[in-house]
Amino acid sequence: MNFWSDILWPVLVITAQSVVLLVVLLVLVAYLLYADRKVWAAVQIRRGPNVVGPFGLFQSFADLLKFVLKEPVIPSGASKSLFLLAPLVTCTLALLAWAVVPVADGWVVADINIGILFIFAISSLMVYGIIIGGWASNSKYPFLSALRSAAQMVSYEVSIGFVIITVLLCAGSLNMTEIVRSQETGLADMIGLPFLEILNWYWLPLFPMFVIFFISALAETNRPPFDLVEAESELVAGFMVEYGSTPYMMFMLGEYVAIVTMCALTAILFMGGWLPPLDIPPFNWIPGVIWFTLKTCLVFFFIAMAKAMVPRYRYDQLMRLGWKVFLPISLAMVVIVAGVLQLTGWAGS
Amino acid sequence: MIEAFFFYLFAAITIASAVMVISARNPVHSVLFLILAFVNAAGLFMLAGAEFLALILIVVYVGAVAVLFLFVVMMLDVDFAELRQGFLQYLPVGMLIGVIFLAELLFVVGAWVIAPNVGGATAAPIPDMNEVSNIEAIGRLLYTRYVYFFQAAAMVLLVAMVGAIVLTLRHKANVKRQDINVQVARTRATSMEIKKVESGRGL
Repeated sequence: MNFWSDILWPVLVITAQSVVLLVVLLVLVAYLLYADRKVWAAVQIRRGPNVVGPFGLFQSFADLLKFVLKEPVIPSGASKSLFLLAPLVTCTLALLAWAVVPVADGWVVADINIGILFIFAISSLMVYGIIIGGWASNSKYPFLSALRSAAQMVSYEVSIGFVIITVLLCAGSLNMTEIVRSQETGLADMIGLPFLEILNWYWLPLFPMFVIFFISALAETNRPPFDLVEAESELVAGFMVEYGSTPYMMFMLGEYVAIVTMCALTAILFMGGWLPPLDIPPFNWIPGVIWFTLKTCLVFFFIAMAKAMVPRYRYDQLMRLGWKVFLPISLAMVVIVAGVLQLTGWAGS
Repeated sequence: MIEAFFFYLFAAITIASAVMVISARNPVHSVLFLILAFVNAAGLFMLAGAEFLALILIVVYVGAVAVLFLFVVMMLDVDFAELRQGFLQYLPVGMLIGVIFLAELLFVVGAWVIAPNVGGATAAPIPDMNEVSNIEAIGRLLYTRYVYFFQAAAMVLLVAMVGAIVLTLRHKANVKRQDINVQVARTRATSMEIKKVESGRGL
């Protein structure tokens, strides 16, 4: 066995790929954070961050410096190791999911055959950062918030799981790349307009699932209107009350990366990933990674608008929506989609 | 070589965290070590080529069941000193169960070593890995050959779920609940009454 070509070289390649992906992702997250605040400000007819750099473009980096340079405070009575472990868990898990996300055809760090299940598993682990952080703070508000968030995230995972299953039934694969490729053909070919790629994507045939997935993604990532985890009028700032400086920043970073992951997942499952919306020049000259980024940013824009426009849900309303509305609808859709695929014979391919 | 390295890494962490589950002083730490053991067991599954089982283990046990464990343990007001008192008392029972488990494992492994063909006679043939992926192979087996067992397992889970709901559901008489349909169905006629109030008299 050749040590250089069998072991060292693959490891080096994967490391280099991961580093490039992480750097691009983190810069993107920094600007999405800025975009989030700008959108929010624009809706409220404010200016938003506009001081650091031209149009405030360096605001996120200034915030980063501020967080890093502050002194981390660990409350007395807190479980010290768990207190510091929680933000690490959140941040690491959020970044880990990106290992299987194909940003363009073949541009993926690990093209495993159960990629979507991997992301689902990672997002089901995300609750631990919050639960551990809330408990380790040894304080009432964070603990209440951690309990709330655990129930909320576990509830909405169920409907997300069923939505993913409907897409899988249509795509016939758990591989993320295959899911995108399966959207190359579809409704547009059936009506005889094959250049209208945008009609091929699953958002149209699975429209109810698309809506449910978007709303569940808001709840799963604790975004407004479902940010009951840090409802400031009730819980001060939720599970992060006792956190400051770098640990707080890691929580926030993990949260935003998870949001971007959900946006990317929406783009891959329902909006054709890296595929161009129209299969005619100049649209199909643009490289796939640009389309993927644009779609991810579009979904993020909707999430930012939801934050700006929709008032916060009450907790019992949130639970009702998850268990009594989304769960039956998505369960029924799994049966309906499977039945349609079986009866029409589209599943066979 | 890399596989061997990761096998020993995952195996060592699994065993160490399993030991910590029963020896940690704080029950919350115990549950967290249990979660660590689960995650490393999933890693071992992954190394064995059963990546579907590995991720299902994480989704179901770590993502849902262990969260509920953690929930309960965090809410309990546990007296640590009292908890540790019975340790020696329960030790023989625990060791007995451990020995039984070990014996069972040895029997399984022993049977496999002595007569490698016995297992293969009853099991379904393993399809070629180049033809179908791991998850497809599981699906074909589960939904064809073992479909009745699968349905039976689902029924057991359903009954357990209904049982849990029946045991915990309490309908109190004087609790006001929000009924969205009633709220939405309200009209001006049913909810408002206009009265002429003469000045100086009130209603």
